[in-house]
Amino acid sequence: MSAPRPPAAPPRTHLSLTINSEPVEILVETYKTLLEVLREDLGLTGTKHGCELGECGACAVLVDGRPILSCLLLAAECEGTEVRTVEGLADGACLHPVQVTFADLGAAQCGYCTPGMLMTACALLERNPNPSRAEIREALSGVLCRCTGYLQIFEAVEEAGRKLAAGTPQKMGETR
Amino acid sequence: MKVVGKPRRRVDARAKVTGQTRFADDLVFPRMLHCKLLRSPHPHARIRRIDARAALAVSGVKLVLTGADMPIPYGILPVSQDEHALCLSRVRFVGDPVAAIVAVDEITALEALDRIQVDYEPLRTIADPLEALATPDPRIQPYGDGNVHKKVALEFGDVDAAMAGADHVFEDVFFYQGNTHLAIEQHAAVAAVDPDGKLTLWSSTQTPHYVHRALARVLEIPAAHIRVIATPNGGGFGGKSDPFNHEIAVAKAAQVLGRPVKICLNREEVFYCHRGRHPVTMKLKTGVKNDGSIVAMDLQTLLDGGAYGSYGVASTFYTGALQTVTYQVPRYRFRGCRTFTNKPPCGPKRGHGTPQPRFAQEIQLDKIAAALQLDPADLRQSQLAKPHSLTANYMRLGTIGLSECIDRVVEGSGWKTRYGKLPWGRGIGLACSSYLCGAGLPIYWNTLPHSGVQLQLDRSGRVTAFCGATEIGQGSDDVLANLVAEVLGIDPFDIRLVTGDTDLGPVDLGSYSSRVTLMMGHAAIQAAERARELIAQAVSAKLEIPQARLVFGERRVFDAQDPAQGVSFAEAVQVGEAMHGTLGTTGSYRPPESAAKYKGGGVGPSPAYSYSACVVEVNVQPETGWVDVEKVWIAHDIGRALNPVLARGQVEGSIYMALGEALMEEMDYRRLPKHLSSALVHKFPSMLEYKSPTTLEMPEVITYLVEDPDDAGPFGAKEVGQGPLLPVMPAVANALYDAVGIRVDEIPITPEKVLRALGDREAHRCGPKNFPRIDWPEPLRVPPPWEGGDGQAENEGPRRRREGAIVASDVVQPGLAPHPSTPEGRHEKSAERSPAPEFPEVLR
Repeated sequence: MSAPRPPAAPPRTHLSLTINSEPVEILVETYKTLLEVLREDLGLTGTKHGCELGECGACAVLVDGRPILSCLLLAAECEGTEVRTVEGLADGACLHPVQVTFADLGAAQCGYCTPGMLMTACALLERNPNPSRAEIREALSGVLCRCTGYLQIFEAVEEAGRKLAAGTPQKMGETR
Repeated sequence: MKVVGKPRRRVDARAKVTGQTRFADDLVFPRMLHCKLLRSPHPHARIRRIDARAALAVSGVKLVLTGADMPIPYGILPVSQDEHALCLSRVRFVGDPVAAIVAVDEITALEALDRIQVDYEPLRTIADPLEALATPDPRIQPYGDGNVHKKVALEFGDVDAAMAGADHVFEDVFFYQGNTHLAIEQHAAVAAVDPDGKLTLWSSTQTPHYVHRALARVLEIPAAHIRVIATPNGGGFGGKSDPFNHEIAVAKAAQVLGRPVKICLNREEVFYCHRGRHPVTMKLKTGVKNDGSIVAMDLQTLLDGGAYGSYGVASTFYTGALQTVTYQVPRYRFRGCRTFTNKPPCGPKRGHGTPQPRFAQEIQLDKIAAALQLDPADLRQSQLAKPHSLTANYMRLGTIGLSECIDRVVEGSGWKTRYGKLPWGRGIGLACSSYLCGAGLPIYWNTLPHSGVQLQLDRSGRVTAFCGATEIGQGSDDVLANLVAEVLGIDPFDIRLVTGDTDLGPVDLGSYSSRVTLMMGHAAIQAAERARELIAQAVSAKLEIPQARLVFGERRVFDAQDPAQGVSFAEAVQVGEAMHGTLGTTGSYRPPESAAKYKGGGVGPSPAYSYSACVVEVNVQPETGWVDVEKVWIAHDIGRALNPVLARGQVEGSIYMALGEALMEEMDYRRLPKHLSSALVHKFPSMLEYKSPTTLEMPEVITYLVEDPDDAGPFGAKEVGQGPLLPVMPAVANALYDAVGIRVDEIPITPEKVLRALGDREAHRCGPKNFPRIDWPEPLRVPPPWEGGDGQAENEGPRRRREGAIVASDVVQPGLAPHPSTPEGRHEKSAERSPAPEFPEVLR
């Protein structure tokens, strides 16, 4: 049997975008999804995957402020966009209010869907700081969680909304 | 108590909300290679030849492994060592792995995968238990009887005589469909050879200790030269508690290549790993008196095991073992049969083998209540098992908070004024349950501790807790920190944790059977109390305060009579270190000896049992059969809630998973048409098609934590991770009866089945019509405690004594045939004794 030719090196494309408020210039393989580039090329492993088929929502990140399934978006399509991942949620060591409430109220159990949940919740709260329970259910319906039964997540999002509305200040260097 | 019982952020929460928790697939090492498995497209076939030449020619491919490279079988139970890292000469289900490719990156490995040519000879497939019973050939496994894996039969007292004396006998047949865990994290593992030549495996496993044993056995290297690190699991639910082929394959590849090798399964492959809920057909016969009291119960179960043993022998016993621990059952007969079929193996899913018979029992109780015109809640209250007693099958019960649980959900749901009185289409249903707080016996028989904790303290005030326990999201790390902090009077966040690592921590058997809180908890308390004792001796001497008066609290050690007199915790550790030298303590736990001495009595005993009661409210649309669960009231007897935030999360998560099982989740298979090979394939190997509840389906849940502390638990705590799942499915079915007068004796309760029952003008029922005839063996006859029994069977030969051996020999001599060392396995034909496998031709 004649040996098949080795596959050609996959083509790459130059990409410039903003990730977590930092400008990023990178050569990416054109077949790669945003999820793969974030996790494998940029070391941002906070974004998770549960199916890589757009079914579970674990990989949700914000692209120009909107929650997007990063497993369904080619990185090459992200030229010039602003991407926000779970790594960009805290302000230094200071947690974002939605992180604080998720931590305090039991909204993260295994923590695997949590980044996708947090980013989706964050997008909701940014456009509607005082969502109803029904609006929260609707907004988070694309992210599956097998641990919590969702109820503590709903409560955490509601509480985060209240914190955001009250503008609760956090102490400099507070890590919890 | 300062820490125990206080609602609190879990110690690992910050890592989780910042995305910093390092799951297995997040690990990256220099020079790391990637592995992919070639899986069988046939449900049952002989492998004639594997041609890997074209794959090896792909640039970037480093290695191709086939079954012959790892020929030693393994399996979670010593009695069913029937798996191979890669199939030897036979594939047994669609998805069974045949070859592994290791390459520089994933895309190259995938490219090469397509170029492996396998010549298969398809064999007849066995699709379900009926076919398995009727078709002894071709055998799927070389052990068992034809395609029957295991038959068990136990009888506690003369059941037929008791039935003859009953006022009423109820007989029903039920079917519980299989379903899967669907943890969001796909299984992943990384193996690397350490600089000193030892092997390390990081894996999303619930049972690093058992993976450790399987690696030592298959790779034939000393266990002490292997380190298994369980990375935090992105959900487990039982689906990551077997040693898996992909873990062994990457370990072998790393050994051969001397480079780190990673594998991450895709979602379709996770469906093939399965080990989920067994589909079970059940026939339950119960004799009662006019007042509803049970005189005898007779249960038969038929399990669809899939292609391998997995936990199946234990699962089979579990379909019968816990029928006696909730209500008084004076006489009981249980017969169970597990069959092999050409489908992914079934195993333990949350509730392991007990949700199926629980479904049957609680629906039948509802039918009994209806027939005798009794209130279902009152009927249950009048029948509750007695605390601190032995059951007919010698399960030793501790506290039972079930009566209060029933009261709470009855009151909360307005049961007395609403049951039977809601408008057509709306109804409420009630069910109860109980569950283990840890299996009383380990998976391989030994006399060692089930859990160990080591503490190390130093002059900075640092406390580090080491334990093999595995964090799967349930909060085991938090329990460990919680209990040590409580005893030492410090904050849980002060404690550094090293868990799930077989090199660094004492053995804990793993996160299964709801055992961690109780068993690790006792070990943690013992280690912490020993540390406290050492420190207290030193502080007492230094401050000249009697030791008995010293209090550990608020990060201080002080005089109870004069709290100003004291030292900081760090200073206390310093004086302790000065007096005793370097401070370190250990604690360990082994469950009490079981009262069940008969063969098969190893499954079911537990140090304590948790109890739950549940009321579900449904709204049924008779036109479409659609069932909306609108509200759930759940009360769970947890003994004591160590951290109520986590306890509530476990309860609500159980309700969620249970509603998925009750209404939609289903592992279903179909035969392809003849022109497409008649192969048996998954209906739903994706998350989109395998329906599970989203945020939109989750109803309101009212959770009551009932605290009836059990002496057998750490600070009285019992389990909470699995028990609350059990009553939900039957409560939904019972609510359907209240709503529209139908019985759906089958899970999942889909709209189609509701419509079928509504259309059944006679029985108003949907469910299996009959239970197949099975040639049962003569049951082991064990007289119940109240009939003079001592826990042994009357008609059983002498059993091997437990004294003597410390550990089953397959631990110390990897590579040798395993001992059939579980109580069930002693007379079993082991998979090992099958003829030596013939390897297919492999071209490289």
